Amino acid sequence: MSEVQDYQSSLSNPNSRKFETFSYLPEMGSEDIYKQVKFIVSKGWNPAVEHTEPENSFDHYWYMWKLPMFGETDVDKILAEADACHKAHPVHHVRLVGYDNFKQSQGAAMVIYRGPLTA
Amino acid sequence: MSTKTYQAGVKEYRETYWDPNYTPKDTDILGCFKITPQEGVPREEAAAAVAAESSTGTWTTVWTDLLTDLDYYKGRAYRIEDVPGDDTCFYGFVAYPIDLFEEGSVVNVFTSLVGNVFGFKALRALRLEDVRFPISYVMTCGGPPNGIQVERDRLNKYGRSLLGCTIKPKLGLSAKNYGRAVYECLRGGLDFTKDDENVNSQPFMRWRHRFEYVMEAIDKAQQETGERKGHYLNVTAPTPEEMYKRAEFAKELGAPIIMHDYLTGGFCANTGLANWCRDNGMLLHIHRAMHAVIDRNPHHGIHFRVLTKALRLSGGDHLHSGTVVGKLEGDRGATLGWIDTMREKFIKEDRSRGIMFDQDWGAMPGVFPVASGGIHVWHMPALVSIFGDDAVLQFGGGTLGHPWGNAAGAAANRVALEACVEARNQGVELEKEGKEILTNAAKHSPELKMAMETWKEIKFEFDTVDKLDVAHK
Repeated sequence: MSEVQDYQSSLSNPNSRKFETFSYLPEMGSEDIYKQVKFIVSKGWNPAVEHTEPENSFDHYWYMWKLPMFGETDVDKILAEADACHKAHPVHHVRLVGYDNFKQSQGAAMVIYRGPLTA
Repeated sequence: MSTKTYQAGVKEYRETYWDPNYTPKDTDILGCFKITPQEGVPREEAAAAVAAESSTGTWTTVWTDLLTDLDYYKGRAYRIEDVPGDDTCFYGFVAYPIDLFEEGSVVNVFTSLVGNVFGFKALRALRLEDVRFPISYVMTCGGPPNGIQVERDRLNKYGRSLLGCTIKPKLGLSAKNYGRAVYECLRGGLDFTKDDENVNSQPFMRWRHRFEYVMEAIDKAQQETGERKGHYLNVTAPTPEEMYKRAEFAKELGAPIIMHDYLTGGFCANTGLANWCRDNGMLLHIHRAMHAVIDRNPHHGIHFRVLTKALRLSGGDHLHSGTVVGKLEGDRGATLGWIDTMREKFIKEDRSRGIMFDQDWGAMPGVFPVASGGIHVWHMPALVSIFGDDAVLQFGGGTLGHPWGNAAGAAANRVALEACVEARNQGVELEKEGKEILTNAAKHSPELKMAMETWKEIKFEFDTVDKLDVAHK
């Protein structure tokens, strides 16, 4: 058996903080984000953008960026809103949500721009 | 209206309980039994006997029969069908009027449907294959205390399956060491850990100590990872009073979820606990110890799809479903059938999945199926493909058996899950491209790479004992 490797995670290391779906994968590039937006649109879900200070990411309620984009199916327009949110809040996590109004739930929720983790 | 006269003696069941011209009412509870009669007993007589013995009948005529409207209250055998590929038995369909059963009582329904009739001498074997609960009966039951959507909201988990792990060894750990195992799993990226069903309150680890250490583990893992976590605290107990005491303490500690064994604990205890959970904002995980005793024999007992309906009515937010791919029994088509029965609003009759009736659940919340037993990272692509997002995937040995420990094992599973979900969303066929997806993900995760090297060769390929009834058998 190979050497046992230590699992690097602690209260004092902010990089241990995760933020749910896809936060255990490397940050997505623009091409991968595009595919996820396309997926949300293909499901008929309503896209929405939210953001928060990384240290408050545990909270249920993040700041809404404008309103959910009901009925929007243009992937580029959705990406442009996410990008505008990111530019306005460069040190925040920016989360893309796909609201499934039939299930009264979120079909998808993922952080697509990651703020620097400091706490 | 004709007046009946009393004639003592034994009548053939079919005179009263075989009614092929009957059209079931929308409010009837319908049962499909697989009936294996003794030699020489005609099908109609056997089916009528099942209808009689599971409803109003007894072996002889009694004068008090004439004091009521038995034609209204009796169960009726109304249809007979061949079982594909098996000449020893047949399907008998029975309709029961809804007022034979107390409202909201799974206990009462099953006391009749699978009561004395299962020991009836004229039958060699009897199996309850499916039950149609009319929406009018469903609405009298409490059902899952929270349901899938509420659980996702409370725990903030969207767009992926949930991950769990049963703590092992299942017996013998001290409470403090047990809490350590929980903490390691949760900090590594799992959403849940689980008490083994055998863990109640034994001398080596009393329940109260376990609950306290586990809650400390949950709290610390939440702070460390910034994600919401839970541990299924098993409140299954020798008496209802003791069960509620443990549930109350879990609530006092702030635990988000508790656990119950609904078959060994019983439907009465389970329904009561589900109601308690609804009143107290607690999630309820349900284990199914003893199910295989009841559901594994293809000719006798109760099919698991029926036990699934019993649980959805009695109440629970999670229910073990089998994995299709792991170490435990489960035919793929049949498993998909009872997974639908747990989660969907309306399930259509589908003989290819063993579903004999349409089932309407109305507004009753759904139950998360829990896939647990003998699964590891290499199964992840198939599991995500089979179960989709609304499931809890539980890797026991597949987390704790990681050469670097529980946290690494948990991280490996979490990375594998997220990689599969990301790929699925991109339109990649998981079961075809699984190896490539995992290999790519492992480039960024030494924990996953190690897991893939550890479990590569493990396979479980025994044949299923309880197969669906198909002609080519």
